[in-house]
Amino acid sequence: MRTVRALLGKDMALELRTRESVPAMALFSVTTFVIFHFGLDRDTVDGDLASGVLWVTILFAAMLGINRLFVAEREEGGFDAIRLAPIDRSVLFAAKAAALIIYLAALELVAVPIFALFFLDSVAALGPLVSVLLLADLGLAVVGTLISSMAVNSRARDLLVPLVLLPLVVPLMIAASGATEPLLVVGGPGYHRFGTWLMVLGLYDLIFALVGWAVFDFLLED
Amino acid sequence: MYGKGLRPLSIATVVAFAVGFSLVFFYAPLEADQGFIQKIFYLHVPLAIVSLAGFITGGVFAVLHLRTDDRKWDAYSYVAIHISVIFAVGGLLTGSIWAKGSWGHWWVWNEPTLVSFLIVFLLYATYYPFRYAIEDRQRQARYASVFAITAGAFVPLNFLAVRESASLVHPRVFATAEGGLPGSMMLTFLCAIVSMALLWTTLVKFELSAKSAQGQLKRLRRALDAPSGPPSSRIAPEVH
Repeated sequence: MRTVRALLGKDMALELRTRESVPAMALFSVTTFVIFHFGLDRDTVDGDLASGVLWVTILFAAMLGINRLFVAEREEGGFDAIRLAPIDRSVLFAAKAAALIIYLAALELVAVPIFALFFLDSVAALGPLVSVLLLADLGLAVVGTLISSMAVNSRARDLLVPLVLLPLVVPLMIAASGATEPLLVVGGPGYHRFGTWLMVLGLYDLIFALVGWAVFDFLLED
Repeated sequence: MYGKGLRPLSIATVVAFAVGFSLVFFYAPLEADQGFIQKIFYLHVPLAIVSLAGFITGGVFAVLHLRTDDRKWDAYSYVAIHISVIFAVGGLLTGSIWAKGSWGHWWVWNEPTLVSFLIVFLLYATYYPFRYAIEDRQRQARYASVFAITAGAFVPLNFLAVRESASLVHPRVFATAEGGLPGSMMLTFLCAIVSMALLWTTLVKFELSAKSAQGQLKRLRRALDAPSGPPSSRIAPEVH
């Protein structure tokens, strides 16, 4: 636990000083909303369209952060340091996933209010939306960490992440947008099958957290 | 050594297919609603089921590879996934033909089984560029195993999510395959699925023994200082 905190603290300090991931992700999401505005030619969106716009934007913005997640480790020899240190390697998985969750939460703190400002009539849905966002962040973080750690050691780093990650997160996106859609319909938030979708999200998070934790060891062996 | 038992297995496959197809065309009754086009069901559903089972088998081989660190299992996993991807293409094509024949469209989004199958296929299609992107052989084998395990866990989860999403908007109008099959159709279907599984096993064994022969030839050439043959594939694991 202490090592997780130390590694997480290292990532946070790095991000606070260089500011290379989160601001880029936030800026990207705002620009994407503007493009959606012109692409759809709509001033407000609701229901399935709104949840589609929101989740596609968050997913692609998340991909920027996932791409860069292990770049510092690779370039500055952080992987070797982890291998040398007398710690369990899965600790790195937990720390990186936690860092990614924090990045994603920071992204959403910017992106979701701006989404509401640009496209929504009422902000009543934002409260329950938080639970969907958190569960989806967890899933994106564990799968993203796993794929990112493999892609960073390959020749085609920035190609591999979107290629492999997109099909893997399809169930996550189905469940997240399924839960978001009734929240954003005209006439106040609805909760049609909200609980089922949260359960699917939770199951996805649980399974991939376990798989990632179990196999991460083998990715660092050399 | 991979060639052992290949001949009886191939003969069994041919016999099973001959029996299976004769049952399909001469024994199984014509379906009342759909008529002749329904016969593609005996090809399409076994292709899909066997390829999904093959994907999961590839994941099991990958677990064995990581546990034992024996490169043999990586080759097993690669070949299992490779053959299953080919079967999956067949499943998608026959499914599309069936959809056109019976529902009038080449593709229907409200049939959850079809959509989940497409997503699984898309994921496994990235297995090849994924292997190709990693140069170091050992690392390639390890990462490919991690991929196969993750994707194997993904298969059932994906079916769950897609099924949930379909029942949100559309009721399941097309009954599931097994449910209400009359006995004669069920027997034919079982025969078809057994022959398809036999075909899969034969192809996997065949591919493995071909790879093993290639590897032996390469080692002999090296030992004799003979000019080496055509360069071997960069993504397929070598078999010893």
